[in-house]
Amino acid sequence: MTALPKWADVALIPAINLVLAFFVSGLIVMWIGENPLDAMTVMIKGSIGSAYGWGYTLYYATNFIFTGLAVAIAFHARLFNIGGEGQAAIGGIGAALVCLHFGWPHWTLAFPAAIVGAAAFGAAWAAIPAYLQASRGSHIVITTIMFNFIASALLVYLLVNVMKAPGQMAPESRGFPAEAHLPTAHEMLAWIGVSFPRSPPVNVSLLIAFAASALVWVLIWRTRLGYAIRAMGWSEPAAIYAGIRPFRIIMITMMISGGLAGLMAINTVMGEAERLLLDPVQGAGFVGIAVALMGRSHPVGVVLAAILFGMLYQGGVELEFEMPAVSREMVLVIQALVILFTGALENMVRAPLERIALMFR
Amino acid sequence: MDFATVLQLLDSTLRLSTPLLLACLAGLFSERAGIFDIGLEGKMLASAFFSAAVAAATGSALLGLAAGMFASMALAALHGLASITFRGNQLISGVAINFLASGLTALIGQNWFKLGGRTPALSGDARFLPIDFYFSETLSSIPFIGPIYSELLSGHTLMVYVALAAVPATWWILFRTRFGLQLRAVGENPEAVDTAGLSVTALRYQATLICGLLCGLAGAYLATGMAAGFIRDMTAGKGFIALAALIFAKWRPGYALLACLLFGLLEAVAIRFQNIDVVGVGTVPVQFMQALPYILTVVILAGFIGKAIPPRAGGEPYAKERA
Repeated sequence: MTALPKWADVALIPAINLVLAFFVSGLIVMWIGENPLDAMTVMIKGSIGSAYGWGYTLYYATNFIFTGLAVAIAFHARLFNIGGEGQAAIGGIGAALVCLHFGWPHWTLAFPAAIVGAAAFGAAWAAIPAYLQASRGSHIVITTIMFNFIASALLVYLLVNVMKAPGQMAPESRGFPAEAHLPTAHEMLAWIGVSFPRSPPVNVSLLIAFAASALVWVLIWRTRLGYAIRAMGWSEPAAIYAGIRPFRIIMITMMISGGLAGLMAINTVMGEAERLLLDPVQGAGFVGIAVALMGRSHPVGVVLAAILFGMLYQGGVELEFEMPAVSREMVLVIQALVILFTGALENMVRAPLERIALMFR
Repeated sequence: MDFATVLQLLDSTLRLSTPLLLACLAGLFSERAGIFDIGLEGKMLASAFFSAAVAAATGSALLGLAAGMFASMALAALHGLASITFRGNQLISGVAINFLASGLTALIGQNWFKLGGRTPALSGDARFLPIDFYFSETLSSIPFIGPIYSELLSGHTLMVYVALAAVPATWWILFRTRFGLQLRAVGENPEAVDTAGLSVTALRYQATLICGLLCGLAGAYLATGMAAGFIRDMTAGKGFIALAALIFAKWRPGYALLACLLFGLLEAVAIRFQNIDVVGVGTVPVQFMQALPYILTVVILAGFIGKAIPPRAGGEPYAKERA
């Protein structure tokens, strides 16, 4: 039963859910003893009030677009890929190997290779749970959770025992060569004579994130494969009846999903740290869940939600600076509330709205 | 390895298994009633924080325990509200609860104690102290049995014994009482339970709250029994290992004990020996030992060693009328 008009479904319900999440967050800030409106002002100013703030906001948003798309495309096939965190970490290994083991003459060559490396490693890591789901019926949520932990153990092992730079204590790889340095917004905008602050790490990966969003849109709504993925999501028996093979769709969807999550690494590992660190993902894999839910699994929604979460993360840093009583973890709470209201408690808002909509029919 | 080392290893196995076991049994109640719970981690964490915080403020470990259980059950009720009343996605609700607990405990902890998210170190009555069995001193001189009695079995905190006792209790409740039968039925075939005139909603809420209670015990043990205070994200994946153990045990209490002891042993070995040299294999890195519970669970899930079949109605919200 979909009694709701489309605009209510795509805009009104997410908006109400977001307001609810912010309202509860505001109550928590009040309970801590700070003014929630002041806190919001600090966060907005800190995130989009300056070019510097925008730089960081978009840097975080780049990560969240990739992980959000990863979760979103799996949602279309009614698969819940909770393993973005692990897939992105493994993607980081892929990107790092590409950057470290070949002598790249210029970033324009290193970059496509790193994209392929990161995506392939992420896709491979997602392929195992996908295979187990598709052929042996192992619940993909549980296996992808397990694979997150296995990935993190693997990464620690590699960094401590194999990839650690010689002669140093910290478990991190050696720095990537200068030729693999990705141009930041500061450098790219300087080419066309626009000045942009030097320190924000936002880089050319953002453009890849936008391109990936467009490609995902085309894939889902303009190709035969996308149709098969959506058919699987709507009704598996119907899809089978239409000649769609679930095994194939589960494998392909999860590998695209894992590849997108892995791509996140080009932004953090290649774009920012320029070496492989212990925790290259920093929770972005999980933010992807909130972003996909908020963005209604639509690429446009995902991009908007990713920018919103980028604002939250950058704003949260500023908030901690301005209001020490409200620590950075406030962002985690807001994120939890967004997941709760848009995902788990969705019917709380939807059911009454549908009743209202039926009254006006 | 000499006898004393083996004893020490088993002793820490018992300690490390306890939070896993309590959380695993918590998940058992919930999932047997058809409510998937990947929020065990969050509930444990909330309980760990509130038990340590209240224990620090009042100096009483028991008051801390009560606060911890209350916090954990509040999150369990939220999970129930989302997944039973509003028929939302249980997995997404669990994810949200994990983040909520991680964020709120750090936020409130920093605001309350200003110690970077920690609680002050607990001492004296603010902690659960080891219980020494009768005559453990005198009996320790008996060869073999003496040390087992006085070092391995004696000298743990109350919660270790509670967790061990909870295993037969869980089995008895689930398989020998009317309530247990109803609970299992609601996880397998809620329509039948509904037709029999029982409330699916009430049964599932009860299961969810029992789950919260047990997670509360697990969290309180972590912060006021095993450790002396709360540190940020101190559950560190234990809720997920418990979830893994639950699958490994195929949703059965007796196997849950074995699975948790196994995973506890792996953790104890990893802590004690770091990298292990195995003859003929080479060095087994510590990270492999840490990942082993997860790898084993994936293998079990894949059905290579017997098939793990979850309760049939697990994860499905129950709607009385068909739309």
